[in-house]
Amino acid sequence: MSAPHLSVDRERCIGAGMCAMTAPDVFDQDPDDGLVLLLDADPSPAQRPAAHMAAGLCPAGAITLREPEPGDCR
Amino acid sequence: MSESVHTVTTLPTERPSGCPFDPPAELLDARRHGPISRYTHPGGKPGWLITGYDMVRSVLADPRFSSRKELMNVVDFELPPAPPGEFLLMDEPEHSRYRKPLVGKFTVRRMRLLTERIEQITAERLDAMEKAGPPTDLVTAFAKPIPTIVICEILGVPYEDRASFQEQIDAFMGGEVSDEELIAAYTATQEYLAQLVAAKRAAPTDDILSELTDSDLTDEELKGISLILLAAGFDTTANMLSLGTFALLRHPEQLAALRADPALTDGAVEELLRYLSVAKTFHRTALEDVELGGQTIKAGTTVVLSYNTANRDPDRFSDPHTLDLRRQAAGHLAFSHGIHQCLGQQLARVEMRVAFRALVDRFPTLRLAVPADEVGLRPETADIFGVKSLPVTWDTK
Repeated sequence: MSAPHLSVDRERCIGAGMCAMTAPDVFDQDPDDGLVLLLDADPSPAQRPAAHMAAGLCPAGAITLREPEPGDCR
Repeated sequence: MSESVHTVTTLPTERPSGCPFDPPAELLDARRHGPISRYTHPGGKPGWLITGYDMVRSVLADPRFSSRKELMNVVDFELPPAPPGEFLLMDEPEHSRYRKPLVGKFTVRRMRLLTERIEQITAERLDAMEKAGPPTDLVTAFAKPIPTIVICEILGVPYEDRASFQEQIDAFMGGEVSDEELIAAYTATQEYLAQLVAAKRAAPTDDILSELTDSDLTDEELKGISLILLAAGFDTTANMLSLGTFALLRHPEQLAALRADPALTDGAVEELLRYLSVAKTFHRTALEDVELGGQTIKAGTTVVLSYNTANRDPDRFSDPHTLDLRRQAAGHLAFSHGIHQCLGQQLARVEMRVAFRALVDRFPTLRLAVPADEVGLRPETADIFGVKSLPVTWDTK
């Protein structure tokens, strides 16, 4: 799997916790407001499948996954 | 574009005999014709019925579809707006005003901290079952008390009030009483919650309701929020536990696999959520004309979303009518999708993981005490599907 770059939108986030449950090494929830905290914007290969899944499961579409483009150096 | 479209005139009132876990045949048939069917609401208003997984999910994520109660176009009189605090039936920005202060109280982490306490509550129920001996009704001995005690602790209902409080909420959620009794129980619950909110504001205790008094929400709004937490958090989990146990007992090879492998528990809960989808249908109303699957949903028209049929969509889940605890069931719609996705889902998961695990571990010979077709089911018209009672027995040594 390619090396994706993650970003989160705390304005859209509804704090359902799907990401923190699905990819706990990549996402957490802020203990105060319950909204998403991105722990690792460039997850390791081992974490990528869970991160992909969490992005797909997010009920509010608050997780964006940018796949590297051909010109990107990684 | 003219395209022939399947029509469903009324929602079915029964499941086929011998298939208590499957959506009614008419709904599965509708799905076979396509993801969207023409439909007439019980009050005679024209609407649409959506049974396809992808389409249900996209409607739930689409801000052109509203949850507002007063816009629901299903009966021939106008519905009032949702009372203060009942944010399930509101759109943004009102919805967020209520949901936001709650979100931090129901995080994955915070709900996992309740695991030990829920294990204790569950063990007490299992001890009581063991002491009383078989047979027993699993609904009253196990499935109802666990979520009731948990929600009482979250709301901070004092111990001495719990028995009467449970009776009230039983009456207004069980669907088994007359309209007069239902209204009386509903009123009594509202009055009790109003008193409880006032008491927490005057003297906060260690519970979520007390914490919420430290926000800008009024007492009236907190009462509405408490009611919604109660309604959403009690009957749903109770029915998942009882219907889920029934489903496991009817699939002995799956039950044996779960019993043999504790690592299967989390996945088993997700699959039971998908397979049973006890919160079956929700409504959304189009705020503008929307094109869906070649049809135009006119502004002001209400669509019915069939979660349980969508969770059996063969385009999304292979072999969808098979209960397979090892499958990847993530992505199911049992907790909905979009901004209204269940606030208490992480609590529900902890309750179910603990309760199913403890039950199968405690009673290795658990089985139905009556033939399966004698297990009384809730009517299809009930908001939450489930069994009325679940007589079970086991071997005592």
